[in-house]
Amino acid sequence: MSPATPAPQIGAEQIALLEKLSNACAVSGDEAQVRKIVLEEIKPFADDLRVDALGNVLAVRKARTPNALRVMVDAHMDEVGFMIVEDDKDGLFRFVAVGGLDERTLPGKKVLVGAENVPGIIGAKPIHLTEEGETERKIPIESLRIDVGLKGGKKVKVGDRATFATRFWQSGNALFGKALDDRLGVATLIELFKNPPENIELLVAFTVQEEIGLRGARPAAYAFNPQLAIALDSTPANDLPMWDGSENIFYNTRLGAGPALYIADSATLSDPRLVRHFAQTGEQMGIPFQFRQPGGGGTNAGAIHRVREGVPSLSVSVPGRFAHTAIMLARLDDWQNTLALVYHALSRLDAGILQR
Amino acid sequence: MKALIQKLVETVGPSGYEEKVREVVRTEIEGLVDEIKVDALGNLIARKGSRSEDGMRIAISAHMDEIGVIATHVDENGFVRFTTIGGVSPRTCIGGRVQFLNGTRGVIYMESLESATALPTLDQLYIDVGASSRETCPVKVGDVAAFDRPFMELGDRLVSKAMDDRISVAVIIQALKELTSTPHELYFIFSTQEEVGLRGATTAAYGVDPELALAVDVTRTGDTPKGVKMEVALGKGPAIKVRDSGMLSDPRVIRWMVETAEKAGIPYQLEVLEGGTTDARAMQLTRAGVPAGCLSIPTRYIHSPSEMVDYQDVLQSVRLLVALLSAPVTLK
Repeated sequence: MSPATPAPQIGAEQIALLEKLSNACAVSGDEAQVRKIVLEEIKPFADDLRVDALGNVLAVRKARTPNALRVMVDAHMDEVGFMIVEDDKDGLFRFVAVGGLDERTLPGKKVLVGAENVPGIIGAKPIHLTEEGETERKIPIESLRIDVGLKGGKKVKVGDRATFATRFWQSGNALFGKALDDRLGVATLIELFKNPPENIELLVAFTVQEEIGLRGARPAAYAFNPQLAIALDSTPANDLPMWDGSENIFYNTRLGAGPALYIADSATLSDPRLVRHFAQTGEQMGIPFQFRQPGGGGTNAGAIHRVREGVPSLSVSVPGRFAHTAIMLARLDDWQNTLALVYHALSRLDAGILQR
Repeated sequence: MKALIQKLVETVGPSGYEEKVREVVRTEIEGLVDEIKVDALGNLIARKGSRSEDGMRIAISAHMDEIGVIATHVDENGFVRFTTIGGVSPRTCIGGRVQFLNGTRGVIYMESLESATALPTLDQLYIDVGASSRETCPVKVGDVAAFDRPFMELGDRLVSKAMDDRISVAVIIQALKELTSTPHELYFIFSTQEEVGLRGATTAAYGVDPELALAVDVTRTGDTPKGVKMEVALGKGPAIKVRDSGMLSDPRVIRWMVETAEKAGIPYQLEVLEGGTTDARAMQLTRAGVPAGCLSIPTRYIHSPSEMVDYQDVLQSVRLLVALLSAPVTLK
């Protein structure tokens, strides 16, 4: 094997792009803001580029070598959020959740509504007026409202999406922002596309509607009909210490331990050959990685691997704390190591991996 | 045939890790079929025969995988926490034994519970592999295990883990041995990942693109003390599926199976299963849709480490499958 080409790096430019991606609003089904950024970034590099019927961005970088494996790499553009369902007048709107959100985390949060990003607030009752026992109960989403004020109300209509108004910030190694699930994946995939491994036909899919049931990835995989697939995502790190000092045995992943390789979740049993290949790449290249604890959840791999005659698939995630809340916390080194591991693992792929 | 059954059920192959079973199957059927391939998801697909004028392209599926467990954490004292692969109930775990793919064996037990009659949750169970620290534990996160029970004969009744669905794998292999000629292009699908959602059959059926599809799988029985209410019993012959909770068999397929059984003098039972489904569902819904049915082997204690079948039912199932595949099919 020839000495490895250095992996693409993540520096100030890439972090600025992640900031832009994190601050953009793209609740499932309305991914236009993120799609626009993606198209601007990748267009100059694409051998083939199209937006499919569901809104997925599908782009190809041709291999520089013959008989290359056709490898699909996916990251979803959408994020969890809200949809306005009823106008209560006076700038108040009833809303529902889009994707998996814990309603206990909602009251008091600032949000942005609609294509014009109208600012508003998910109102909460002041502590002065709560009755005895009231704080013990969670507030059902039906009794919450988004309040955008009278003026803002004129720009908001039923059907508009809304998402948390969190602005991205960096503090040393720590990256804070909304929608890092899966803008970290999107940003990684953009870098990979700009600096592709030359030995594979790189088929990238920036997909829609992952958070509401892996809907975009299926037609994307059907169109590409790849030989292998990698889903780049973000997965929770539930790695805080236990309150009683006991050993935390349900951490899912840990911050700082590197990219999380999936072995099993509810939607996919990762192809063991791909798991082995990525783990060996990490070991040989000295890139830290971890195995996500097998369990629930799912990524776009769940849709992709069942398409047509089947696609051996693997998910790789950047770990992040506080997923699906207003702010996720991820680490720069985990992100860098994710890009490095994916780049090197793909660079070392050949058709031999598919032998049985 | 009992030796074949024993070899198949004692092989370890939880969903997604069917490699060893696949090699047993490959060895058994080489020479009996015209072509063997393994697809992207690990399904072994064997073709026998070519489509004559009155023949069809038929898919016959039995799944190679079995339920199992997968390690999620090894604690500082060497105890292994795990989650399930497929439908594993905590109550069939306690005191049970497992074998990992790397050969490591272990015992499942539970944290002490508040009440002696309470059932543990999955989170309260662990596997003791005899290690006393994380460093010396031979199991790592992501390692996969199957339940560990030897094959046993109780008169005409055969008992083992993984009868679901190795007994059907054995039935198909035996049928291949006995099938002398066929007007059909037959695709035998030894499928993967059935227990986690019919995943292998989904992609295999897409590839085979059959005109008619038949799954061979186990079904429950209603013949045990205060058991579920169900017509099917051990020893009364193969069951012809009418419906389960995921599929309505094509009525024409049911008629074909019933008439074939009657003509050949093979005892059969009609099956209505109120929980669970089979590869037939995935095959029925592939592409533009396929007429589908299922030949079921009555089985007690499904998804426990001691699944029980009746050997006469097994032999009659082979006879029925051979009869079904030997002659032209008219769906009416």
